[in-house]
Amino acid sequence: MKLTVWTYEGPPHVGAMRVATAMQDVHFVLHAPQGDTYADLLFTMIERRSERPPVAYTTFEARDLGGDTANVFKQTLNDAYERFDPDLVLVGASCTAELIQDDPGGLAKRVGLPVPVVPLELPSFSKKEHWGAAETFYQIVRSVADRTPRPKRSPLATPSCNILGPTALGFRHRDDVAEIAGLLRHLGIEVNLIAPLDATPADIARIGHADFNVVLYPEIADSAARWLEKTFEQPYTKTIPIGVGATRDFVEEVCELAGLSAEEGLERTNLPWWSNSIDSTYFTGKRVFIFGDATHAIAAARVASEEIGFEVVGLGCYNREFARDVRDAAKQYGVEPLITDDYLEVEAAITKTQPEMILGTQMERHIAKRLGLPCSVIAAPAHVHDYPARYSPQMGFEGANVLFDTWIHPLLMGLEEHLLGMFRDDFEFNDTAGPSHLGGHNEEPAKVTELPTGIGWAPEAEAELKKVPFFVRGKARKNTEQFAREHQLDTISLDTLYEAKAHYGR
Amino acid sequence: MTTLIETADSTDRKFEVIRQRGQREVFCGLTSIVWLHRKIQDAFFLVVGSRTCAHLIQSAAGVMIFAEPRFATAILEDRDLAGLADANDELDAVVDRLLSRRPDIKMLFLVGSCPSEVIKLDLAVAAKRLSKRFMPDVRVLNYSGSGIETTFTQGEDGCLAALVEETKSTDCSEKSLLVVGALADIVEDQFKRLFAALGIEDVRFLPGRTASDQPEIGPNTHYLLAQPFLRDTAIGLDRLGAKRIDAPYPIGVEGTTEWLRAAAMAWDVSEDKFNRVIELPKSRAEKALTRYRGMLEKKSIFFFPDSQLEVPLARFLSRELGMSLIEVGTPYLHQDLLASELDLLPPDARLSEGQDVDQQLDRCFEAKPDITVCGLGLANPLEAQGLVTKWSIELMFSPIQGYDQAGDAAELFARPLVRKRRLAV
Repeated sequence: MKLTVWTYEGPPHVGAMRVATAMQDVHFVLHAPQGDTYADLLFTMIERRSERPPVAYTTFEARDLGGDTANVFKQTLNDAYERFDPDLVLVGASCTAELIQDDPGGLAKRVGLPVPVVPLELPSFSKKEHWGAAETFYQIVRSVADRTPRPKRSPLATPSCNILGPTALGFRHRDDVAEIAGLLRHLGIEVNLIAPLDATPADIARIGHADFNVVLYPEIADSAARWLEKTFEQPYTKTIPIGVGATRDFVEEVCELAGLSAEEGLERTNLPWWSNSIDSTYFTGKRVFIFGDATHAIAAARVASEEIGFEVVGLGCYNREFARDVRDAAKQYGVEPLITDDYLEVEAAITKTQPEMILGTQMERHIAKRLGLPCSVIAAPAHVHDYPARYSPQMGFEGANVLFDTWIHPLLMGLEEHLLGMFRDDFEFNDTAGPSHLGGHNEEPAKVTELPTGIGWAPEAEAELKKVPFFVRGKARKNTEQFAREHQLDTISLDTLYEAKAHYGR
Repeated sequence: MTTLIETADSTDRKFEVIRQRGQREVFCGLTSIVWLHRKIQDAFFLVVGSRTCAHLIQSAAGVMIFAEPRFATAILEDRDLAGLADANDELDAVVDRLLSRRPDIKMLFLVGSCPSEVIKLDLAVAAKRLSKRFMPDVRVLNYSGSGIETTFTQGEDGCLAALVEETKSTDCSEKSLLVVGALADIVEDQFKRLFAALGIEDVRFLPGRTASDQPEIGPNTHYLLAQPFLRDTAIGLDRLGAKRIDAPYPIGVEGTTEWLRAAAMAWDVSEDKFNRVIELPKSRAEKALTRYRGMLEKKSIFFFPDSQLEVPLARFLSRELGMSLIEVGTPYLHQDLLASELDLLPPDARLSEGQDVDQQLDRCFEAKPDITVCGLGLANPLEAQGLVTKWSIELMFSPIQGYDQAGDAAELFARPLVRKRRLAV
C-alpha cells in the first residue's frame, strides 16, 4: 500500500484509452464498475476533444457480482460492435474487473465478432498509464501488421519511415507530429504512417512497408519499435528532437538511416541568437530543477544547460521503466537522479535543492506556487491550459523557439531583477510583487518549514538574509549554511554570510 | 424497461419513468470528497483503493487545483492482493505517515472503494482499531464511496451517515433544528439568520465545519434535509430518534419558502411572523429571477443523471422560470425523500432512473433540447453536435440554495444560452 497525494500516471487502462482514442475505427470494450467513465473527461475536457472516447464500459454493480458479470461484458461487447461498427476491437479490464477475473479476452473469443479482437492484459496493481499505452500499441501492431515480406527497395526509391508514439492526451503530440513530419518531408523522406495518432487498423497493416521508424515517445512506442526491428528489420531512431542540438543530431540520425546527406538551410530557429543576445545574460547559471517523464526531462536538461545556459541542479522522472536513462543523464550534470512517482518526495527534493526555477509537470507547478518559484510545464500530466490553441510543438526547430519563449516567460526580466536586488524594501516594487510583465501580484509564497540544520543564525545575519530577494534567498541560505558547516561554525554571523557569498559567488 | 410510478399523494397523476441498465456516465461516490474535504476543515479523507481511484479524484477535482489537499489514496499494490503484505499493517503504516505529516488533522475518514470491497478489506474494523490508537487526537471513521455501490453525491450520504453512526443519541430537553447536507458556508449563515428571525435559535448543521463541531442528535432533534440524496443519513438520524421534517428542497424561491415553512410549522411559528420574516429576502429573490425568466422561459431542458439534484432543479426551472422538461434523469429516484418535489413536478414530465448512456443520447439528439445538463465526459461532444450544455458538476460546486442564491442558480442555466448568443465564431 502506498500513500499517494497526486498521481503522475493513471492506471494502465487509461494508457490503452489514449491509444484507442488516438486511432480511427477502433473501439475499446472495458470491463469496469460505475465511476470509471470519469476517464472520458480527460479527453473531452482536458484535451477538449469533440468526440467521446471510443470506449464502452460495462458498468457492473455490486448486485451483479453475485450473478453474471461475464454476461454483462458479452452484452456490452455485442452492443458496442453493433452501434459503433469498428474495424478492430480492444477488450480489457480496469482494476476492479481484474480482481473478479472474468477474462474479457476469453469471453470475446466466445462471442466471435467478425473483426479482429485484441485482448489486453493490463495489470492495474503493478503497472501504470505509459506501460498500458505501450502494451496496447504493441499488441495492436503485432496483431494487424501485414507480415508478408516486402519487396526489396530500389536504391532510387524515396526513403520512407513511420512516426511512432503520438497518442491522445499526449503533451503537445499533435504539434510535435506536424513539426517532425514536415522536417522529414523536407529532408526528402516519405512518411509511410503516423501511429497511433489518427491511424486506422488498415494503416497499421502496412507498417512494415517503411524503411525505418522514428520513435518520438519511447515511453509509448519503444516496445512496438523493438518488435518491428526484429520482424521487419526496421531500425529506429534513438534521438529525441527536443532543442536545437538534439534536432541537429536527429537530422543526422535520420539521414544516415535514410541514406541521405543532410541539407543546409533547414534551421529555421531563433533560439541560438535569442540565447546569445545580450539580454539573455541574466539566465546564466540560473539553478533549475527538472522533473517529468524520462524522455522530456532528459531533453529539457540538455536544452536548459547547453542552449539557455541554466544550471541543472535536479533531474528526475516518475516512470521507473526509463530510470536508467535518467541516471545516466544525471551523472552528466553531477546531480543526484530522482526516480520516484511520489509527489511528496519530489516536493521534498525541490525544497531541499532550492532552485530558482522548476521545469516540470502540472504537479511541480503546485510545488512552485507553494515555494514562490517560477515554473514552466514541460511534460504530462498537464492541465487544460497546457493544451494550447496555437501551434506549439516541443520538438524540432520551431519547438526550440517555443521552449525558449515558454521557459523564459515566467522569469523576472534582467534589469528588473537587478533593481529588486538594490531597492528591495520599496513598498510598491518589492520582491513579493512578482514579474511585472505577468500582471497582478503574486501571493506571498507559503512559508517553507526550514529543516533543522544544527546551525544557528545570529539575529543581524538573519535580518540581512531577509534583504536578499526571495527568489535567490533560499540559495543564499543554503550556501551560507553549507559554508558554516564546512568551517565548523555553530553560529552564522553577518560576516559569515558575506564570507560565504565571497566563497560561492552569486 | 419503462415503468410507471405513482406520486405519494395522488393516484391519478402518473409519471413515465424510464429505467435502463447499461453504461453509466456518472462519477462514483469518491468524487464527493472534492467538496467534503473543504467543508470539514480538519478532516482528512483517505481512500483505500487503486491508482484508478486516485486518478479519478484528481481528475474530477478540475485536475489538481489544490496545493495541499486534505485527501489522498492508499494505493493497493500487487503484494497487498497476493497476501504478501498484511493489508491492515500496511494501512496502519500509511495512516502513521499521514498523521505525522498533518498534525492538524482531527478526523480521518477511511473511504472504501471498488477494489477494497471486492477484496473484502474490512475498513470498519480498521477504523475502530485506528481510532482506539489515535483518540482523543484523531477520530477515525469509515464509509464506502465505491462505484459498485455508490454514485457521486451518495459519497456525501455515506460520509454523513458515518458521522451520524458515530453519534450517541443525546437526550437533551431542548428542541433543536438540524440542517442536513453540505452547504456553502455563506448559505448556512443566511439560513441561520432566517431561522433566528423565526425564533428558532438552536440550529445545527451536519456536517459541522470542524471535527469538534459535530452536532448532538437525539429524540428532540428535528431535521431538515438540505440535499435530496441523503437516504442513509436520514435512516441513521431516524434510528437516533430524530424527527424528519418533510419538505421540498431549498432551491429557488418556492423550494426555499416551503423548506423554511416546514421548519416554521414544526416550531409553531405564526403565519404572520413567517411571512414577515421571509418577505424581504423572498421579494429580492423573485426580482433576481425576473432577469433570467425572459431568457429561460419556454426553453426545453434535458437532464442526464448526475448529482440527484435533478428533480428539485427541474421543479425550480419549470415552475419558476417556465422551462419545459423533456427528460429528468437521475441516478436514483428516492421516492420517499422526493415525495414533496414530485408533487410539484408537471404531470407530463418524463423521469429516468439509472442509465444506458447510448440510448439516452439517442433520445436527447432526437428531442434537440435547448439546454442539456450533463457530466464533464459528455459536455464537449454534445456541444460539438450543436447542443447547448450545462455541466452538472457546477451545480454541486456552486452555492445555489436559499433565497439569495436563487438568481445565481438561474444564471447558471442562462449563461450557456447567453454565451451562444454572444459568440460570433
